[in-house]
Amino acid sequence: MGTVPVTTVRMAGRRPRRARFLPWAPLVTLVVMLGPVLAGILGTLAPAFGYMPALQGTGLSLGPLRALLEWPGLWRAVMLSLGVGLGATAISLAIVTLICAGWAGTRSFTMIERLLSPLLSVPHAAAAFGLAFLIAPSGWLSRGLSTWATGWTRPPDLLILQDPAGLSLIFGLVTKEVPFLLLMTLAALTQVRPASSLRVAQCLGYARITGWLKTVFPLVYRQIRLPVFAVLAFSMSVVDVAIILGPNTPPTLAVQVVRWMNDPDLALRFQAAAGAVLQLGLVLFGIGVWRLIEIAAGRLGKIWVSTGGRGWRGLDQVIRGAALILGATAALAVIAGLAGQVIWSFAGLWQFPDLLPDGFTWRNWHRYGTQLAGPAGETLIIAGAATGLALLLTLACLEAEHRHGLRPATRALWLLYLPLIVPQVAFLTGFQTLSIGAGLDGGRMAVIAAHLVFVLPYVFLSLADPWRAWDAKHDTTARALGAGPDRVLWMVRLPMLLRPVLIATAVGFAVSVGQYLPTLLVGAGRVPTLTTEAVALASGGDRRVTGVYALAQTAAALAPFALALVLPRLLWRNRKGLLHA
Amino acid sequence: MNRYILKSLAAVGLALAVGAPSSAQDAAPDPADWKAVKQAAEGQTVYWHAWGGSNAINDYIRWAGDRLAERHGVTVEHVKLKDTADAVSRVIAEKSAGKNQGGSVDLIWINGENFAAMKEKGLLFGPWAEDVPNWKYVDVEGKPAVTSDFTVPTDGLEAPWGMAQIIFYHDTAHLTDPPRSIPEILQWAKANPGRFAYPQPPDFVGSTFLKQAVIELAPNPDVLQQPVNETAYVTATEPLWQYLDELTPNLWRSGAAYPQSSTRLIQLMADGEIDLALSIELNAPSNAIANYELPDTVRSYVLDGGTIGNASFVAIPYNANAKAGAMVLANFLMSPEAQARKQDPAVWGSGTVLAMDKLDPKDRARFDAIELGVATLTPAELGEALPEPHPSWMVRLEQDWTARYGVGQ
Repeated sequence: MGTVPVTTVRMAGRRPRRARFLPWAPLVTLVVMLGPVLAGILGTLAPAFGYMPALQGTGLSLGPLRALLEWPGLWRAVMLSLGVGLGATAISLAIVTLICAGWAGTRSFTMIERLLSPLLSVPHAAAAFGLAFLIAPSGWLSRGLSTWATGWTRPPDLLILQDPAGLSLIFGLVTKEVPFLLLMTLAALTQVRPASSLRVAQCLGYARITGWLKTVFPLVYRQIRLPVFAVLAFSMSVVDVAIILGPNTPPTLAVQVVRWMNDPDLALRFQAAAGAVLQLGLVLFGIGVWRLIEIAAGRLGKIWVSTGGRGWRGLDQVIRGAALILGATAALAVIAGLAGQVIWSFAGLWQFPDLLPDGFTWRNWHRYGTQLAGPAGETLIIAGAATGLALLLTLACLEAEHRHGLRPATRALWLLYLPLIVPQVAFLTGFQTLSIGAGLDGGRMAVIAAHLVFVLPYVFLSLADPWRAWDAKHDTTARALGAGPDRVLWMVRLPMLLRPVLIATAVGFAVSVGQYLPTLLVGAGRVPTLTTEAVALASGGDRRVTGVYALAQTAAALAPFALALVLPRLLWRNRKGLLHA
Repeated sequence: MNRYILKSLAAVGLALAVGAPSSAQDAAPDPADWKAVKQAAEGQTVYWHAWGGSNAINDYIRWAGDRLAERHGVTVEHVKLKDTADAVSRVIAEKSAGKNQGGSVDLIWINGENFAAMKEKGLLFGPWAEDVPNWKYVDVEGKPAVTSDFTVPTDGLEAPWGMAQIIFYHDTAHLTDPPRSIPEILQWAKANPGRFAYPQPPDFVGSTFLKQAVIELAPNPDVLQQPVNETAYVTATEPLWQYLDELTPNLWRSGAAYPQSSTRLIQLMADGEIDLALSIELNAPSNAIANYELPDTVRSYVLDGGTIGNASFVAIPYNANAKAGAMVLANFLMSPEAQARKQDPAVWGSGTVLAMDKLDPKDRARFDAIELGVATLTPAELGEALPEPHPSWMVRLEQDWTARYGVGQ
């Protein structure tokens, strides 16, 4: 993807007519995905330098930047964003790596695989609400221990949630990023054939984890690097989770930017724009830091591999166990949080230190459940359309790459990152202004277009690597048997890659379901989805309502993941080889 | 799709070319000719941007929408906001893009800083509010806040639809004798550290707590009615910062974290994390009891010297698409029927803006029939509300509070 087809490579004179769109697919995809981002950044940069005619800002000035620098919490907010981003990413990657190293190919691993999709489909906000209730000093864990173990009749005044160092926030992000990275790693693993490498390493006397890290990890990391960057950028600029679990004195930079954006004092819009630009720079800086860590780790790794140490089996077992416990903690936290939401959605009065509510009632579901239908339908239409378009464009790009040799330059690949790296706050407000000018705002189509910006890269990221890693020998064989490129695509490649395709679809769907800011801003608040309704109602703070909406939201994202796991098993019941092709 | 990009690019050009946009008023309906307004309203859809965080309020808005559809053929869509400023942003964005007609916001639930900002930037349609039929019932004499929004004259640019006043509440099962003044709150907090919290300014209720404290502590609270000036500000707020320096270490989480909204305080009290909380909704505690959010031992009260009260309003943006429909809705919201329903704690429990002596006996009976909840104060118990300071005070207080307590000390 990414290069303009200056000279189209012709396929041995038998290019089918229908495929004429293909050479243009990369360009169309880029425009659809990056057009809004770039236009939005322009729309944000202008006020960051003082230009916003509606607010009497008609000249260029450094005033907004100066005001930003004078905000007393800036340094702490910046450090917090950076620390949370790097911390959450490093911890998530470590857990995922060690789980795969210690358990890939075992029966426990199959179980972990099954758990993944439900975990991944829990929208971030829903997971964060669940977690908050779990770990608060008056939360479920504390209630479980009171009063028999702790003697607490009133909760202790402990700074667990919203701690100034952002530890709760990191924990919350890790619980959601571990499943995401694990899924990406799984998709990559199917291409790397880790079993044979590991067997060789073990024959040479390497302990399991040591052998995996030395032989498989370098291959896998190359394939999951894009998702890792996405995780880093996301963790640094996330808004909804940071509002729920993160500190407020000060909050992370992204949250503060949204606050300025929402401040009644309109002059703060300029400062907010400057902050959004800083957030963009901060994310780029964070990625630079990560890159340096990568290089250092690569050098050290080479030395480590060449020393030929076989690893110590005892330590290996300890690490294996620890990895599983860490992974399980992350998973259990989300599941228990979700269970908490289920109970809240049926709860009557529920006070500390009661482990369960005084009474259960259908009232909450009666009252709010009936209002779910409209937003649920809207959510499904938008997610379906955005994901369908994203999948079509992605497949067209990848196929164009394959058939016409339109291989992207490595540098062009960075373009794909833009929507994931550019923090939402940095371009959405600019984009909002522009889409109003173009008469596109306030409609479902505009929201789908905005969602596509975020869905496309995720779909592309999750599909590109498995697609490219597909063994071209299959193509050669099929072509030798007389099949045209279309037939190869439909009869050989897509069936063999069904699992990655379905996973990509599910990821795209979940991404769309979870979008808050784009839906709200571009939809002019007139396109209510489960997420926008949930966040609006959650501002009221009643866990009963939040529970109802969070569960509906989770269900909307869960279904495609269930299909992505179940469908290949059903379809390839008699061709098990394809499951791990 | 290429067309879409071209349009976006065209929009860039447009946004940059607009310059200072003209606030051209197209053929706007004249509220004096009410019949014509009603005719124009029929078939319109009114997008009402209103805070969506309260189920009781959302239900009330749905009820009002249903009445309007029945009686006037006006469709009301409640756009649920997390923050009123979202709607303000939207109007600004539309003005930046040169969309001076057919805007997406028809009516905003608004007051205070947001109103002051929109009025100052010329983003409001009107005057219209004092020309609609039901204005004659409004208690202009008894409730000065209905024409003076945080001291800023409303000038008919917004129509009042509810009164609010700061109340404190506590669970009598844990706290029988709550503190009854700002200084008493400090003494009580010192004796019971960690059991009181106020929402983090610039949350509206949090900022109102600061204003309440300034009014009680300032040597001469009258200066608060004037736009803020440096010397008056320093003198008036010095006792406040001293007070907060002592209070903060005794707050919930020692002031290292703050609840983000006043509704969050209800949850904190149910969780047993705090014993004393405040709200600007008179009926919040009774509502919470009815919804199983709080035990029925909770009661509310006001401070001995009175608490700050204000009115909230609905306003129409200058570029609204359905101005006639919005006026018909605003007029309905000021009707005795809608106001009485709004005051009913079983529905919402918000104070009325109407004067009882201006109503005919049938309408007055609607109000007399309302049963207040166990934790709701009667108008007599509420007493007279203290006036809001000028909005410029709130801005300064929020800034200084953030610098002192909001960014980690």
